[in-house]
Amino acid sequence: MEIALEKTNSSQIARALVKARSAAGSPAMDMVLTLLVVTDDENVAEALKTATTLSREHPSRVIGVILGDGRGSAQLNAKVRVGESSSGESILLRISGELTKHAESVVLPLLLPDSPVVVWWPGKPPADPSQDAIGQLARRRLTDAEATTSPIRSLKAVATSYSPGDTDLSWTRLTPWRALLAAALDQSPGKVTGGTVTAGVANPAAALLVSWLESRLNVSISAERSETEQIASVVLNTSVGDVVIQRIDAVSCHFSVPGSSPREVPLGARTLAELLAEDLRRLDADDIYADTIRHLLARA
Amino acid sequence: MTVAANPLRDPRDRRLPRIAGPCSLVMFGVTGDLAKKKLIPAVYDLANRGLLPPGFALVGFARQDFGTESFAKLIKQAAKDGARTPWSETVWKQLAAGIRFVPGEFDDDDAWERLADTMAELDEQQGTGGNHAFYLSIPPGLFPVVVSQIKKHGLAESAQGWRRVVIEKPFGHDLASAEELNRIVGDVFTSESVFRIDHYLGKETVQNILAFRFANGMFEPIWNNHYVDHVQITMAEDIGIGSRAGYYDGIGAARDVIQNHLLQLMALIAMEEPVSFNASSLRLEKQKILANARPAARMDLHTAQAQYLAGWAGGEKVRGYLEEDGVPDGSRAETYAAIRVDVSTRRWAGVPFYLRTGKRLGRRVTEVAVIFKRAPHQPFSKNDIEELGQNALVMRIQPDEGVTLRFGAKVPGTTMEIRDVNMDFAYGGAFVESSPEAYERLILDVLLGDPPLFPQHEEVELAWKILDPVIQHWRRDKTIDTYPSGTWGPASADKMMARDGRTWRRP
Repeated sequence: MEIALEKTNSSQIARALVKARSAAGSPAMDMVLTLLVVTDDENVAEALKTATTLSREHPSRVIGVILGDGRGSAQLNAKVRVGESSSGESILLRISGELTKHAESVVLPLLLPDSPVVVWWPGKPPADPSQDAIGQLARRRLTDAEATTSPIRSLKAVATSYSPGDTDLSWTRLTPWRALLAAALDQSPGKVTGGTVTAGVANPAAALLVSWLESRLNVSISAERSETEQIASVVLNTSVGDVVIQRIDAVSCHFSVPGSSPREVPLGARTLAELLAEDLRRLDADDIYADTIRHLLARA
Repeated sequence: MTVAANPLRDPRDRRLPRIAGPCSLVMFGVTGDLAKKKLIPAVYDLANRGLLPPGFALVGFARQDFGTESFAKLIKQAAKDGARTPWSETVWKQLAAGIRFVPGEFDDDDAWERLADTMAELDEQQGTGGNHAFYLSIPPGLFPVVVSQIKKHGLAESAQGWRRVVIEKPFGHDLASAEELNRIVGDVFTSESVFRIDHYLGKETVQNILAFRFANGMFEPIWNNHYVDHVQITMAEDIGIGSRAGYYDGIGAARDVIQNHLLQLMALIAMEEPVSFNASSLRLEKQKILANARPAARMDLHTAQAQYLAGWAGGEKVRGYLEEDGVPDGSRAETYAAIRVDVSTRRWAGVPFYLRTGKRLGRRVTEVAVIFKRAPHQPFSKNDIEELGQNALVMRIQPDEGVTLRFGAKVPGTTMEIRDVNMDFAYGGAFVESSPEAYERLILDVLLGDPPLFPQHEEVELAWKILDPVIQHWRRDKTIDTYPSGTWGPASADKMMARDGRTWRRP
């Protein structure tokens, strides 16, 4: 059921939510978190679709916030949707005029009681996510440096303003690579003496990978440029030979460790929904990410 | 290969999945139903999710009349049909590189030598490093010959790497046969390397129960005979026996389901808090419950067994048990079984556990219902609370896993009327890519060597000790009760509850 509200306020939205929920047949709530999606008109449809896909694993109240033109008089329009192919509920807020500076006053009354709040900026993040008015409502703050116009600069910016609970999706994108590298060292326990990461220039995930490897292994890792934007290969020099992981195409890579014959293994890119699902599985601070970005900043 | 030795691993890093080391899975009975429908798709899904080690190998051992060609085709078809993750030709190609087929009969020594050669070749080419798991997806009657062949050809041990064996229920058909089976398997494999799989009881479910019971403070204080009246554990199926008459007729519902599945659930619900969640402490607590559980003394009054009759189930006309293909005339195998089990511990004395299972019942459902005692005093008049039942906490196991809390609430209006209502919680994630399907989890655990939640032979034997007297009692009955298909079981089961002043919950 969908209810559209114009020139409204938070309590009317909350009432509409209860109405939609009883109309959907189940007034009980078993949602585990509130997901705030702060975005713009252009990206909102895609972002909300992704967020509602998520609600199958993490039943949540998704609140999309579109901050419109800051000029003119304050206005709040909303759309409330419950049921219909998702197990949570979603609210879309269009905020314009003076109210854009006080969006948190709209969101606060709509948060699920007691449950964790996560905010996701699918595009450009605020200068300091944890100090942002909406960011302050949340326990976890997800940014996406790759979706911005200058990814590396964005990554460094969120790294500089890091506070526990922040993570960038480029870190999440890195998990399969990190898993393969960890598996490689499980199999070949030689001491690592150095290594190389080859990737496109403006790849924040590659920057994090270099930094992660350096901080974990205490060796210097060189970053090489590649033609493609993705991470093309990772080589670790160990005392018993080289560990080499080299991307073949979008879904697989060559994997070779000393002591066993090289082979192909799957290494596919994941959808945004899968990335977010991984992030929402843990709502505490990611210490390893913190170590990694600290090293990233120290390195520069 | 210890975790601590790898500088890239850190216990705080909870994003990294555990990937099994290089190894192979040697499957016996690979052309069987279970392998085709569940195991092979699960292997593919694991590969697709990147959880199989690079160089994982799958060896199929099956009868001669399969060529390597048609074998590869069969595996691919099975993986394609059953996989729940999207099909990717690339993943398949990588997996296929590690698939081998060994044709042969179980009593053919040459075939076993070929298997040994294949395993050695895999160690060499795929780098499986002597790590091999044997999956016995075969009827229990064939266990002795397969296990003794494994021993005879020296496949159970190796200079490097590990060897593990996976066996599926049924673990014997009574105490004596279970002991015999354990002796045969234990003769060849150490008890840590034997993995008993109960595919009804996924690891996720067990962990959900443990988390619910022991991570929360508000349930534990009432989890005892001061507050709990009784517990009902139900596993109902809406289907009949289908084409499994050969297996089912000799076994019956009690041995098929109660012995392993329902008694395991009972142990998880009733056990004390383990001192830690490692394999041995968890098993220890479950064993204490199983060792102290007995069927009710009067088995004529507190057990029920029956067969389904022809009828209408869920809008379809279905046959009765005796009319199913392959069921001998006058068979008295039960398709419905209900028993009362008493657990003699301080916590549970006086709280009966009612276990029931059956085919062709109202709907497919597995659940544990903890029914609480009524409030000792009601300030409301008798009329007000006429519709108020007992409070209940229901752990739904399938379908839609979750928890339901049932309690009384006032009906809106000016009169004081109190009626039962439900409050539901559902575990999300049943359909997302990352939520592991039971078999994937099981296979991964075997490959990782992670056994905590698999029962070991002590538990299996204790469960038989509970069930054997009931089966022996039932044997003496010449006739068997019946129930129409599509209902919730025979009248005798209702009477059994009525004797204790209770009723079955409609799940």
